[in-house]
Amino acid sequence: MEFALFLGCTIPARLNQYESSSRAVLGKLGVGIVDIREFNCCGYPLRNISFKTFVLSSARNLALAAKKNLNVMTPCKCCYGSLKKVDHLMKENGSLRKEINTTLEREGLKYEGGIEVKHLLSVLYHEVGIESIREKMGKNYEGLKIATHYGCHVLRPSKVVEFDDPVAPTIFDQLVEVTGAESVDWATKLDCCGAPVWGINDELSMDLTERKLRDGSKSGAHYLCSACPYCHVQFDTVQKSFLSQRGTETRLPPILYPQLLGLTMGIDGETLGLEMNQVSIDGIEGFLSDKRLAVSDEPSAESGETTAD
Amino acid sequence: MFFDVALYISLVIFAFGLSYKISTWFRHKIGILAREIPTSKRVSAAFKGILLTLFSAKILTLVRVFVLDVVLQIRVLREDFLRWLMHMCIWGGFMLLLLMHALESLITSRLFPDYYSTVNPFMFLRDLFGAIVILGILIAVYRRFILKVPRLITNAMDHYAIVIVAVIMISGVILEGAKIVSYSIYQQMVEEYSGLEDKQELRSLEAYWVEEFGVVSPAVRGPFDADTLEQGKELHEMSCVECHSRPQWAFTGYGVAKIVGPAALWLDRVTMPTILWYIHILACFIGLAYLPFSKMFHIFASPLSLLANAVMDGEKSAPANTATRQAMELDACTHCGTCTVRCSVGVAFEEIPNANILPSEKIASIKALASGKELSEEDLRIIQEGVYLCTNCYRCTVVCPVGINLQDLWFNVREALLQKGYPEFLALSPLSFYRGLMKEDLVQRDYGEPLIRAREAIVAECDLMRGRDKVLPLTPANRGFQSGLSLSAQANTFSVCFGCETCTTVCPVVGNYENPKEVLGMLPHQIMHACGLGVRDLAFGSNMLWDCITCYQCQEQCPQGVSVTDVLYELKNLAVKNVKEKMSQ
Repeated sequence: MEFALFLGCTIPARLNQYESSSRAVLGKLGVGIVDIREFNCCGYPLRNISFKTFVLSSARNLALAAKKNLNVMTPCKCCYGSLKKVDHLMKENGSLRKEINTTLEREGLKYEGGIEVKHLLSVLYHEVGIESIREKMGKNYEGLKIATHYGCHVLRPSKVVEFDDPVAPTIFDQLVEVTGAESVDWATKLDCCGAPVWGINDELSMDLTERKLRDGSKSGAHYLCSACPYCHVQFDTVQKSFLSQRGTETRLPPILYPQLLGLTMGIDGETLGLEMNQVSIDGIEGFLSDKRLAVSDEPSAESGETTAD
Repeated sequence: MFFDVALYISLVIFAFGLSYKISTWFRHKIGILAREIPTSKRVSAAFKGILLTLFSAKILTLVRVFVLDVVLQIRVLREDFLRWLMHMCIWGGFMLLLLMHALESLITSRLFPDYYSTVNPFMFLRDLFGAIVILGILIAVYRRFILKVPRLITNAMDHYAIVIVAVIMISGVILEGAKIVSYSIYQQMVEEYSGLEDKQELRSLEAYWVEEFGVVSPAVRGPFDADTLEQGKELHEMSCVECHSRPQWAFTGYGVAKIVGPAALWLDRVTMPTILWYIHILACFIGLAYLPFSKMFHIFASPLSLLANAVMDGEKSAPANTATRQAMELDACTHCGTCTVRCSVGVAFEEIPNANILPSEKIASIKALASGKELSEEDLRIIQEGVYLCTNCYRCTVVCPVGINLQDLWFNVREALLQKGYPEFLALSPLSFYRGLMKEDLVQRDYGEPLIRAREAIVAECDLMRGRDKVLPLTPANRGFQSGLSLSAQANTFSVCFGCETCTTVCPVVGNYENPKEVLGMLPHQIMHACGLGVRDLAFGSNMLWDCITCYQCQEQCPQGVSVTDVLYELKNLAVKNVKEKMSQ
């Protein structure tokens, strides 16, 4: 099992702990990683302004992976959405494919499809499997409540991104529950984190973020768990800045999924970059217990989750 | 005489240029950072900073960086072995030639009392060093002109740098070759050093030199008998051997001598060695005089940039020193193109033909800005777009072989450009995410204004958004606009919208406001309807476009399969294209 790891721009620049914790967890689980240095931006930030540039950016990445005959795994949900969208377009739209490939051929690349794009969570769930993850765990959480944040760009548009059921997804909850934590049900679980308009309309962005944090908190969650650099930076750095700015009381610290999982596998806090989170997650280790959970017979997926509103 | 005059003139120009350039490090103001800091403060801060650094533990960091990054150039090696080899050849070979050959009277002859440039090991070493530099030049030519690296741009200064070094080296080698074969130089040497009168002896010595030392004589030609050569050898050992190793050791010059051999007499007649000497010396002096103004100035600025960046800290260093460092960094850039090759958004240049997208080319524009040159509105807009089209991924900064903190430079220049008042539409994209994170570094007003300005510029092109009460004719619809909505081959789905308002109902942005129409203008279902009617202004002019968080709830839930989010994306593209076209008219 080997993947080209597509980190995107945000993780290496602003969220090193996501990279180090993902690499550590994937290493434990025996998932092979190939780094392709030539990868560029997925094009997501440029889509507002230039559709062609967006397509070209992602297509180049797909072409680079295709050249090495590797499937792509990305820990970023916005990169995932972009790569999936462009993969879809390059397969469906012949004239666009031809046009983009003409540009790519100038540097000896082309993309005709044939590469699978996967998010880190889909690799963990589908390729590694819940049971294999459980086998690698030395500890598990007790009494820990987690609010999972799915992230828009893996769920929708579901016909293109094909991550999970867009209305009642369970993959992330199952991945959280294997650690012994409880994945709570909460109202805005499938809603936007606010990051896409951070820097464009900060008030709107903070409104959306604040609402999610409030809902998550109300559901009794101790931490909000995400698996996307944009979402995490929004819940972490942006939360920290508006806590003081807006005088908001509610506080819900975010944790990255590989950090959450990594602790149960005995990976040290430094590798997981626990200290690098802006909103402190110090208390998390207090929920760890050495007692191994018996494998429960009940399906860990929760049913009946629908979108808010 | 000529030599001395030329040397002093070029030294004076060099010294003037050096002081001028160094003064720009303290005078040129880059971006928002340097706005309020006077030159005097920058000079005193620099002295203080340097002294404090030299007398602290940071001196160890400086030593380490000097050895690893300046001398061994590990940062280049990490990037690309071929480039490292190229640079080490040119830099190392040239430095050795400078010390041993160019400065022979100042250095080599003092260290080695029996130094002669024509005696081994010096003769061999000179050719070896020269050959190393030439190898480096060949790699440089191969990299720049034969190996097509995508988006690596070669400019006039890169050509100059290769040409000046090549002229110095090649003229030197040919000069050596021309001197080896030159009969008049041979005669001159015989007169000065042999003291021979006897014709037979002179002929024997000449025969020996023709046979063994490559001299081409008009009178004496081989084959020679053994006795003549034997006598020539004896005379040679008496008068010449102390100052002359065998010319084969000067392998590059000897190779040239063999090639030009048939034309040697003609070359000698037209005084080719003298001409070549002038070319060689002039090229050296031109290179020296022009050095501070050319990219070769990096030999001073780049080590300083590496050292300064190793000990400076974005948050702790005095802003005055950061301002000075940024001005210096512009001179440290060698236009090697590493940043551009590694740039996350470099590929955008293929679609958006603005060279300022590429980091290595941004530097040239920033140099123009920093020098205070008057730039046209068009130029400023183009630079602004290039500087904004950046995901702030830090890759350029991580890979820069001379350690320039490019990321900081972009941020600083970007903000200063935004304040010039030209709308930047890229500000309405997630590229602004980083700017949002950095807003605590900015004045509140400076932060919000560009965002408002870009939206206003778009609305200004949409007449209908201003006169809400205007009655619209329903026909003819703007079919050109409707058919233009096909970029993603999904956007034309707006036509099947039956106005159920599901999109608006599920939209979390709409849901965020008490009175969404007031804040957002048109709501999603209304925008779909405006597209259906072909009313462009209403589709382009609403805040909803830029406040859309692209969460795809609308698209996912539409019972008619309208790709609402994709339509909004497309409208954003078209609105920007539209306003840009209007502005450039």
